[in-house]
Amino acid sequence: MIIVLLLVLPLLASLLLFTGKLGKHSRDFALIASLVEFAVALVAGYAFTFADNKILNLSLNLKQLLDIDIIIYIDSISLMMVMLTSLLIPIIIASNNNREVRNHNFYALILLMQMALIGVFTASEMILFYIFWELALMPVFLITAIWGGEDRKRISVKFLIYTVVGSFAMLIAILYLYTLTSPHSFSFESFYQLKLPYSVQVPVFLAFFLAFAIKIPLFPFHSWQAETYNVSPVQGSMFMAGIMLKMGLYGIIRFILPICPDVVAGGSLIFLPLILFGVIYGAIIAIRQPKLKKMIAFVSLSHVGIIALGLLSNNQYGIEGAILQMFSHGVNVVGFFLCYQMIVIRTGTDIISDLGGIASSAPRFATIFLIIVLANVALPFTNSFVGEFLILLGLFQSNVYIGVIAGLTIILGAVYMLKMYQQVMYGPQTIATQKFADLTTGEIMLFVPIIICIFWVGISPSFVLQLLQSAVN
Amino acid sequence: MGSAITQFQIIPLQYYILFCSALFSIGVIGVLAKRNALVIFMSVELMLNSANLLLAAFSAYRNDPAGQIFVFFIMVVAAAEVAIGLALLVVVYRSTHSIDIYKLDRLKW
Amino acid sequence: MQLISILLLVFPLLGFLTIGLLQKQMNRNLSGILASVAIFINFCLSAFLFGYVISSNQVLEVPLFDWIKFADISIPFALTIDRLSALMLMIVNGVGLLIHIYSIGYMKEDESVNRFFAYLNLFIFFMLILVLGSDYLMLFIGWEGVGLSSYLLIGFWFKDHANNNAAKKAFIMNRIGDLGFLLGIFILFSTFKTLSIIDIADKASMMHSGDMTLTIVTLCLFVGAMGKSAQIPLFTWLPDAMAGPTPVSALIHAATMVTAGIYLIARSSVLFVLSPLTMNVILVVGAVTALVGGLIAIYQNDIKKILAYSTVSQLGFLFMALGLGSFSGAMFHLTTHAFFKALLFLAAGSVIHALSGEQDIRKMGGLRSKIPFTFALFIVGTIAISGIPPFAGFFSKEVILTAAFEHGTAMGVFATCISLLTTIYMFRLLFVVFFKPAGKDFKPAHSVHESPKVMLYPMAVLAILSTLAGFVQLPKLFSETQGFDNYLAPIFATANGLVAAPEHGLSVQTEWLIFILPLCVIALLVFYSYQRFVNAKELTPATGIEKVLADKFYFDEIYDFLFVKPIGFLSDFFRQAVDQTIINGFVNAIGNGTLFAGKRLRRLQTGNVGFYLVIMVFSVIAILFFNIIL
Repeated sequence: MIIVLLLVLPLLASLLLFTGKLGKHSRDFALIASLVEFAVALVAGYAFTFADNKILNLSLNLKQLLDIDIIIYIDSISLMMVMLTSLLIPIIIASNNNREVRNHNFYALILLMQMALIGVFTASEMILFYIFWELALMPVFLITAIWGGEDRKRISVKFLIYTVVGSFAMLIAILYLYTLTSPHSFSFESFYQLKLPYSVQVPVFLAFFLAFAIKIPLFPFHSWQAETYNVSPVQGSMFMAGIMLKMGLYGIIRFILPICPDVVAGGSLIFLPLILFGVIYGAIIAIRQPKLKKMIAFVSLSHVGIIALGLLSNNQYGIEGAILQMFSHGVNVVGFFLCYQMIVIRTGTDIISDLGGIASSAPRFATIFLIIVLANVALPFTNSFVGEFLILLGLFQSNVYIGVIAGLTIILGAVYMLKMYQQVMYGPQTIATQKFADLTTGEIMLFVPIIICIFWVGISPSFVLQLLQSAVN
Repeated sequence: MGSAITQFQIIPLQYYILFCSALFSIGVIGVLAKRNALVIFMSVELMLNSANLLLAAFSAYRNDPAGQIFVFFIMVVAAAEVAIGLALLVVVYRSTHSIDIYKLDRLKW
Repeated sequence: MQLISILLLVFPLLGFLTIGLLQKQMNRNLSGILASVAIFINFCLSAFLFGYVISSNQVLEVPLFDWIKFADISIPFALTIDRLSALMLMIVNGVGLLIHIYSIGYMKEDESVNRFFAYLNLFIFFMLILVLGSDYLMLFIGWEGVGLSSYLLIGFWFKDHANNNAAKKAFIMNRIGDLGFLLGIFILFSTFKTLSIIDIADKASMMHSGDMTLTIVTLCLFVGAMGKSAQIPLFTWLPDAMAGPTPVSALIHAATMVTAGIYLIARSSVLFVLSPLTMNVILVVGAVTALVGGLIAIYQNDIKKILAYSTVSQLGFLFMALGLGSFSGAMFHLTTHAFFKALLFLAAGSVIHALSGEQDIRKMGGLRSKIPFTFALFIVGTIAISGIPPFAGFFSKEVILTAAFEHGTAMGVFATCISLLTTIYMFRLLFVVFFKPAGKDFKPAHSVHESPKVMLYPMAVLAILSTLAGFVQLPKLFSETQGFDNYLAPIFATANGLVAAPEHGLSVQTEWLIFILPLCVIALLVFYSYQRFVNAKELTPATGIEKVLADKFYFDEIYDFLFVKPIGFLSDFFRQAVDQTIINGFVNAIGNGTLFAGKRLRRLQTGNVGFYLVIMVFSVIAILFFNIIL
């Protein structure tokens, strides 16, 4: 029942918000609703951890309708993503303090998005998955199109069309696979039981890969990313970078790995170098990117590429590290965007060269930002170290050369992150940063959960890793 | 009972086909050549009826009532279509004082 | 015992957190004392552990918790205390404690002194993890952690971008080394299915010498060591790192952190002994670094830069020792070097302090009488590092030189020459700063003043250690018992067992030669330096080969040309040309193409019903026609 609650709660709250009856209290209501949702997710996590059969799931068969079983279930990977979603949404809601412009619809869309995301992560049946997948696109599209910056309409439409093209490829693959199942069924299980010959796996792989590569995004399907991040409100960017692109990675785990194992094993020398190039490419662009927000986009491109490499490395360590890194990346990138927001609110600019010297007037902010930067650099004791270590180990074991080249990102990561941090935080103060006020207690509270996650996962990842173990197998 | 069908069958099927084709062609030429929307409409009905006739004829020759049932459906639909089409024409005429199709070209691009 | 080992980590961490979190609230005098107390407790604990390790002759394993554990991978978070790590504990905590105390005086005036001590404690914390870690990944944690603290401390005065650039450079260069280390770890894990240092040594000792995997592993580890211990080609960050406060240079960039590379190789001695190729690479890299560092040091004018290049050179010397297989010799010199190099840096700090921040030696001179205590301490340091008996440097260099001569006479002579470079640049520094008459254009902001006692006492302790530490192990000529070798013997027993001992030791005559000859040359060099540097009116601008040396062999410029500029160019090229023009252009072209096609095709929609009808009829006819024909 708890999964139903997870889905229904944000939906109801969202509908209530859409009516606009809450007026000024919209933000508070949305925040409370998302916190309750987080509590429910915690309960679900607790129930899951102490369930007798950790290997299987809290599966739930709602009803049979038109031959489509509506099954929602949670295994440890889903659980992780659900936790990530429900953890980040309160932060995203609370980070919005633009009360005048953004009305109740904004929060309603965020909660609707949450419902769709949880749907994606818990669906166990293709049609349901696909519906949630597309549903998750709409709120973020609207948020960008309505509350975005300059040129928002063109860019949001581009984003929409681009991702829908990918989804369409996936839909074709799903329908094709459906015709192969016997008896016909859309459930994941029946798809997993298909033992496709190699010649069939290739087109199916390509269709799925296109959909996920656009969503994640992977080189060379990334060109919507920097533009959309740049124009979207920060909350929208947090959504996209923190959670939405995890849908693509989740899709790789759910579909590509079990359905096309031979392609993953055999074709790795064709697509791994492509992704790898994207990883290095994003990192190199990030070094000299003048706009902070676009820089985050390229950093994200690089980091997510590494995760995708781990997932497709065909190696247990790589896959498990990648799943852990999905969680870590979501937390870190949202932290990064939060810092970005703090800077932009106070200075009104995100051109890196216009900033500087913030650390002198805002030591608390400097410390928090530094922690987040270091987490992005994958320093030991922060969350991404464990993930990146395992991913690189996995890559290294599956292919030495790819492992070595992917390792270059730990150098490039240090280069672009420290360069950015130095430019923004150190040095003499500039006109924009002269009156930079330090963080208020309320703002620090936003960072607290992120920092806890950074160190908790960094210092004792075993618990999570062992939970994931069952699902990876 | 079979008398009606046998009487039908006295005339060879080819005649029906030729007649219907001629009728259909007249309809087509009417549609293509005429400017008046009302006339075009009537031509369309002509084509429809030629098809109906052909259906009925085949139905009779093959002793299969399905064709005639289809004819009934088509007639019902055609009636509905005529009702809507004429209503549209009336509206169009009221606003433009013309039903010349060459003048009605505002729904373009 | 287990508890004590854990407490070792707890106190610096506690100090870091307390001072770090209460930065705003804490009294500026208190933080230094608090930080020093934390390290003092640590020092007592280390001394206790040191005694325990000596007396019980046991290796202490302290498992804390499972860090990464799933499937068949299991990396526990565990500490190992054996003789090697106990020695490092003493160095880190001992020198660390002295430098903490010194910093109380040195950083007194600084506005963010609390942040400084928080970082120092953080450094000690990570350094201890590095030293105590019982598997390679833990070592790596400490490795990266000290890199972080180093980054924070070099860029401590972050308002000046020069400092920040130095900090960034240090971190990135270290990261390059770290990648090598990490790859080494991957290979180790793939080969041995464990990362525990002891287990790997056990398994590796079964393998035959020159094994390909081991060679690659050791080369990778050595790359890591090159980064951290500033060896060619990754050494240029260390001189720049002098941008940090002087106590930091003393603690991190002279005594402790930069020796981590030596520690790593000494820890993995079994692996290295089995890869002769790597040992030769280490020998060559170490020798070249020692030579280059020493040569550059002679022509520098910044007091801290001279000491920095001296550190580079000495580190190279240490790697030579490792490459020669003299692990315990390297550790011995590491220990004495920690003492006298820290002393020299602190004394240099005292000079800088006295001159209110002046670092250029051309503007110094005649300080002998003005700051006599500092002068005395500096002399002790200089003599010790130059290897003049009976100071510590002599004994430790002696061990290494003996090893070099055992390797071959040419190598021995070469090593001796390198060690003699030390004499030149150190005595040049000494004479210019303290003996040469003060330059005319030099006018310090405040009157020259001796440093406070809180700075002098730690230096005095280091001076005593620099004087006496050598007597732990007298040269073989004078004493049968090799104190230091014996202490570390259990650690290197396996490694030493794997290589054949040299067929014949050096003859007594050779040993005397090694002993006497350098001393004579040193005496000559000191005399020459005195003549040249004290009497020279101005230091003449360098020309020819000297200019190349003064410009540090143009390493920075070459790296800038080879790596920094191309990557910057590539970044702009990717962003503007590839990303915007090609990739995004392609995507937009699809969109624009669709729009364009739509614009053209909509012309067909004339609005003329007659036209539509004609098209429709003819299309139907065409379809029918094709259906019949085809």
